[in-house]
Amino acid sequence: MPITNQLKNQHLLWRAGFGPMAEDLEDLSTGRQKDFVNALWKASSGKISSIEVADNAFKGLSMGVGEAVAMQRRELSPEQKKELRKQSQKDIKSLNLAWLNEMVSSDAQLREKMALFWHGHFASRNLNIFYQQLLLDTIRRNALGNFGDLLREVSRSAAMINFLNNNQNKKDHPNENFAREVMELFTMGRGNYTEQDVKEGARAFTGWGADLNGEFQFRKGQHDDGQKTFLGRTGRFDGDEVLNILLEQKQTARFITKKLYRYLVNEEIDEARVDWLAGRFFQGNYEIKGLLQDIFDSEWFYEPRNIGSRIKSPVDLLVGIRRLLPMKLENEQVQLVLQRLLGQLLFYPPNVAGWPGGSAWIDSSTLMFRLRIPGLIYGSGTFSQRPKDDDDQMMGMKDREEMKAAGGEDRGERLATRSGERSAAAKGEGLTGRGGRGGQMIRANIDWSLYLKRFEKLPREQLLTAISGVTLQAQADLNEGLLKKYADSRSREDFIKTATIRLMSTPEYQLC
Amino acid sequence: MLILRFLIAISKSQNLKIIFMLLKRRGFFQAGSLATASFLLPKFLKAFERPSVIPPGNKVLVVLQLSGGNDGLNTVIPVHNDIYYRSRPRLGIEKTGAALITDEVGLHPALTGLKGLYDDGSLGILNSVGYPNPDRSHFRSMDIWQTASDSKEFLQTGWLGRYLDARCSGCEKPTQALEIDDVVSLALKGEQIKGIALKDPRRLYEASHEGYIRELSAQHASLRSGGGERPVDYLYKTMAETISGADYIYDQSRLRPSSASYPNTELGKNLHTIASLIFSDINTQVYYLSLGSFDTHVNQAAQQQRLFKELNDALGSFVSDLKANHRFEDTLLLTFSEFGRRVAQNASGGTDHGTANNMFLVSGGLKQKGLINGLPDLNDLSEGDLKYRVDFKDIYATVLNKWLGADDKTILGRQSSYLDFI
Repeated sequence: MPITNQLKNQHLLWRAGFGPMAEDLEDLSTGRQKDFVNALWKASSGKISSIEVADNAFKGLSMGVGEAVAMQRRELSPEQKKELRKQSQKDIKSLNLAWLNEMVSSDAQLREKMALFWHGHFASRNLNIFYQQLLLDTIRRNALGNFGDLLREVSRSAAMINFLNNNQNKKDHPNENFAREVMELFTMGRGNYTEQDVKEGARAFTGWGADLNGEFQFRKGQHDDGQKTFLGRTGRFDGDEVLNILLEQKQTARFITKKLYRYLVNEEIDEARVDWLAGRFFQGNYEIKGLLQDIFDSEWFYEPRNIGSRIKSPVDLLVGIRRLLPMKLENEQVQLVLQRLLGQLLFYPPNVAGWPGGSAWIDSSTLMFRLRIPGLIYGSGTFSQRPKDDDDQMMGMKDREEMKAAGGEDRGERLATRSGERSAAAKGEGLTGRGGRGGQMIRANIDWSLYLKRFEKLPREQLLTAISGVTLQAQADLNEGLLKKYADSRSREDFIKTATIRLMSTPEYQLC
Repeated sequence: MLILRFLIAISKSQNLKIIFMLLKRRGFFQAGSLATASFLLPKFLKAFERPSVIPPGNKVLVVLQLSGGNDGLNTVIPVHNDIYYRSRPRLGIEKTGAALITDEVGLHPALTGLKGLYDDGSLGILNSVGYPNPDRSHFRSMDIWQTASDSKEFLQTGWLGRYLDARCSGCEKPTQALEIDDVVSLALKGEQIKGIALKDPRRLYEASHEGYIRELSAQHASLRSGGGERPVDYLYKTMAETISGADYIYDQSRLRPSSASYPNTELGKNLHTIASLIFSDINTQVYYLSLGSFDTHVNQAAQQQRLFKELNDALGSFVSDLKANHRFEDTLLLTFSEFGRRVAQNASGGTDHGTANNMFLVSGGLKQKGLINGLPDLNDLSEGDLKYRVDFKDIYATVLNKWLGADDKTILGRQSSYLDFI
């Protein structure tokens, strides 16, 4: 595949965001990368508005009661607690969907893409919606700012303090969890510190806590004010000083740069390049913007080996489809089921190490399901896969809310009316799905107008190349005969639509 | 050899038509290279008398995950322990209600079938299984159990996945480990090789039989016969293996399907699926499935009763089926849960997350039976929780080494102390 200007622009849009939007298509072949980069920065530099979903009922319970001085969870009745938990889980789902919508429709693509990176980097599972909402806000506000600031804010966040047990980290009973992870996962990486550093670091963070409203609390009485030796330095360090020492380590810049390189450029590390980038990131005092500029302004970012080489995360995949094919989802909750089935449910990382990414996204089940999703979006087919239960979320209740919500009552009717519109080729082979029994539907209404416009002047024989040009980043060996056989060619429009869906149902489309 | 297989088939089947159908099937003659390789004359004579064509020695492991943290103390009950009853005034199970296996120990009242297995010498119970610095979060502790990591490390591969890596590079069929589910657990994900998940062989077959998918795969194979190293080649390889795996599993599932009746529960159906595959010539050595949720913070009694009834009934059918088909000696089923629960009941008729727990071993080939080690010492608790005495990784190592004949040191990255139950 020749590396066209269009491919390079799409490469940028996929890596610095979630892929091209239907309305971007016109400019992709003619625009310069530089202009796209500038537009990305401009769109991401505006003031950001927080995503707030926490329900008033929840606020009433946790805040209202809190005004009474003795505000402690344990003073709530069991019913109130249960209500609070249920509401919180519901709100976390809303937060998930609201953020997903932001990724789809916000012009601040670069910020949201980087926020997703930090969401995986500072991975925190927390059933409290306020804590989650605050942490997301911290991450989105600092996504393109200074890594040091981000690290300090996250370290003081109620979400992280609770997740990594720092509320239990007290002078005479240090809890090492936070101190360990801040070194292993947030800054330096394994092998760059000793167990003694973990112990000493934990002492420095004693007394760091958070209250129920998510406010950071320094509990002086629980803080170990004594002398510590941490990474070769000795002093009466507190948590802030330990974070500063971590930021003074070049290894921290290297660790972050390497991880970001894998996220934005290539799973295969080019050591020399990472060294160069890390050196500048360190010299530039951890300004994330500088590091990103070094990447996106470079020539090598657009080298063929970097294009189409990354396996899309489930969120990349779902958001990317929604950007190229604007759609209205009758039931947005179905996206939670898709995220779970594909192995990336926002706000529920597998552990504090985040999602491993790369080839770990792919197994027989996830791949085959990925290949079906575009057809499920386009047609009225159903799927019957069920995600695994998450006991941390369910507290013993088998909770199938989103599953129930996604199953359609009017399925039969819909199937009947819509299948009449399809050609035999599309009907017989999966685009409208088979076996409507007991499954769920995605139920999306795609607005094809902008997308179709892109192709309106093209002669028919150029259509497939053009469609493949906007959908696929990886070099494809697909032969036209196969696509023609499985596309619906009754009308030009049908052909464009079904060929697009077929191209999205390929292994190639899993890459960007 | 052909005649031999023919005779065996006759002895098994009442219908000549079925025999001819079988003979036509290429898969039948391949009969699992495992089966043919270990075929010796005495075994042939033995096999001739038996309805099964699988010669003995082809070990199968079934891992049953009890998700949610099963309450071990109400599973294997110390019916003479005052501390137990004092800690659980409401939830403690009286001796009279328990399925007693000794004067001191009873199983949960719903586990009568397991008591039968105990009497039969086909049940092993390991108590106080756990790991150092236990974690009380479901996902984290499950991670630790599935990856066999220390509580301080994060591994991205599962213990059975690494077994696949060690065992199956270059294996012809990617079906050595199957999970009966829609989603593959981390336990079955290796660096290079991952297990296949399926709810039902027919459904997997149909899903992978969609024409477009098949043709895409075939087209890529014809263009890139050498495989290729690009990320897209990895995806196509996974796709091709899924398709060929789906065909193979489906064929095998119809080869000698179990005709026994199982309870109409999810676990019943899943064990039935596994039984049919165990009776076939499939190369699968590990099956994985789960039951849950055992996260009984509230109203534990009813929930555990319901789940144990499902477990007890399904397991009963499975064991009878295996016995009738002479595969019980070579099948080992083990249960685990990510943690046990606290010794004391809570205020909502339930129990909260605890630490060490018991495991069941079910097989006709156990060398140690019954209570393999002592019950947990309720006088010696750690902040109200049981202390672990057996590291679960030693159990994994034992199973890997002695049952599956694998190199546990490489797979687990540690030197383990083997147990003697197999």
